[in-house]
Amino acid sequence: MNASAAHASNTPDGGPYQAIVIGGSSGAIDVLNVLLPRLPVGLRAAVIVVLHLPRDRRSLLVDIFRPRCALPVQEAEDQQPIQAGHLYFAPPDYHLLIDSGPRLALSVDAPLHFSRPSIDVLFESAADGYGDKLVGVLLSGANDDGAAGLAAIHAAGGYTIVQDPASASMPTMPEAALARFPRQTLRQTPSNTPGKTPAPHVLTPEAIAARFVQLHAQRLL
Amino acid sequence: MPHKTKARIADIEQRLLLDAIYHQYHYDFRAYAQASLKRRLQSALTQFSCKTLSQLQDRVLHEPAVFTGLLQYLTVQVSDMFRDPSYFLALRNEVVPILRTYPSIKVWVAGCSTGEEVYSLAILLHEEGLLDRTLIYATDINPHALRAAEQGVFDLDRVAAFTENHARAGGRSSLSDYYTARYGRVVFDKALREHMVFSDHSLATDSVFAEVHLISCRNVLIYFERDLQNRALGLFHDALVHRGFLGLGSKESLRFSAQAEHFDDFVLEDRIYRKKAGR
Repeated sequence: MNASAAHASNTPDGGPYQAIVIGGSSGAIDVLNVLLPRLPVGLRAAVIVVLHLPRDRRSLLVDIFRPRCALPVQEAEDQQPIQAGHLYFAPPDYHLLIDSGPRLALSVDAPLHFSRPSIDVLFESAADGYGDKLVGVLLSGANDDGAAGLAAIHAAGGYTIVQDPASASMPTMPEAALARFPRQTLRQTPSNTPGKTPAPHVLTPEAIAARFVQLHAQRLL
Repeated sequence: MPHKTKARIADIEQRLLLDAIYHQYHYDFRAYAQASLKRRLQSALTQFSCKTLSQLQDRVLHEPAVFTGLLQYLTVQVSDMFRDPSYFLALRNEVVPILRTYPSIKVWVAGCSTGEEVYSLAILLHEEGLLDRTLIYATDINPHALRAAEQGVFDLDRVAAFTENHARAGGRSSLSDYYTARYGRVVFDKALREHMVFSDHSLATDSVFAEVHLISCRNVLIYFERDLQNRALGLFHDALVHRGFLGLGSKESLRFSAQAEHFDDFVLEDRIYRKKAGR
């Protein structure tokens, strides 16, 4: 597996990744501010973001990011067909899932890890829907939401990235995700290899942004 | 086994289980949004000590009590009273003045679950002086939820949030006027219940049963795939009187529906629509 990973220069069956899912909680909005404005027009993947938010207030994420991003930015609506090169934020107080189509789907099922939207809910349904055509990114946060979801994306053959805990203002969330992988595989994971790797890539916000640009240049994103 | 194969088998098992439920118990979940349903079924596996959905299917078919338990997993929705206060405020300010012009008023809460919204609407209509000439039909497919709704009993620790929502919804009275608290629970006034009819009704398999002026169906359609959403919206269209009102959940819209052309936006930001004239 390591040998094939080292030579992989593509998703396992050749096409580009169809979606990037990003999850974060406290401390993540600053990281999104590094990542999202760098995403180029012509991106081949849709970008779907869950950020933990206060439940009873309107989200300001669209207002904040729309003027800063090259991609069209919107709040996810139920049954909305997912379009490549568009950026979607989960609305407050709803879970966001990927359903067949692929379409966006919402639910008001009970909060998970005290969170609605929950990162695990998005990541696990995205792993089901996109399989190995998915990039999963887990950022700064103060609980362990997203750890199971990132592991599911990894198990389905997706490309996984965890914010380097040393660079996170709240390292709990990235650390919880990395704790699911043996230490040794973390060290062995090549820093810039697309395709199947033994563990998530551990990168600083700047390096994640650079990775997106690189994958786009390789026509993988 | 490769991940893709496992995922495909899980999809097959889910379809077969839903077929089995439909054929044996006549509950139709086949056109529900499958991603949410999958999460609920996965958590049910633990509850019923099954490793796979195939094993659960075996138990569901041969043990009716297991099906009854599973139905709770698949359908029960916990909402709050006056959830999304701005919705109730918009009903109060924009819809109530028009309802007031009718000699008698019929309201349908479709997918009422354990009744939070039914009691919210009854209280709002009482505050506006309309409850005496109103009948509220409250329907759901889950008989346990309907029974709970009919009791009008809620845990006391939820009431602080209900009270705050009620005030933000323009409440003209104190919520505590409508319930009595005992043993950690509150029981809502029987006088409210005299204006409610609770009934088993499926948006997936049943048809229209009454003509109504207002339908409130919030955070129910998000559990349906598009075809079933269209079916339900078709029922709503047929059930509404000329220029009747339809209220949806705050993130639901008619935008992606075939029924959009039959409704006008009324208070779009609160997802209140009005049946178009002429059909």
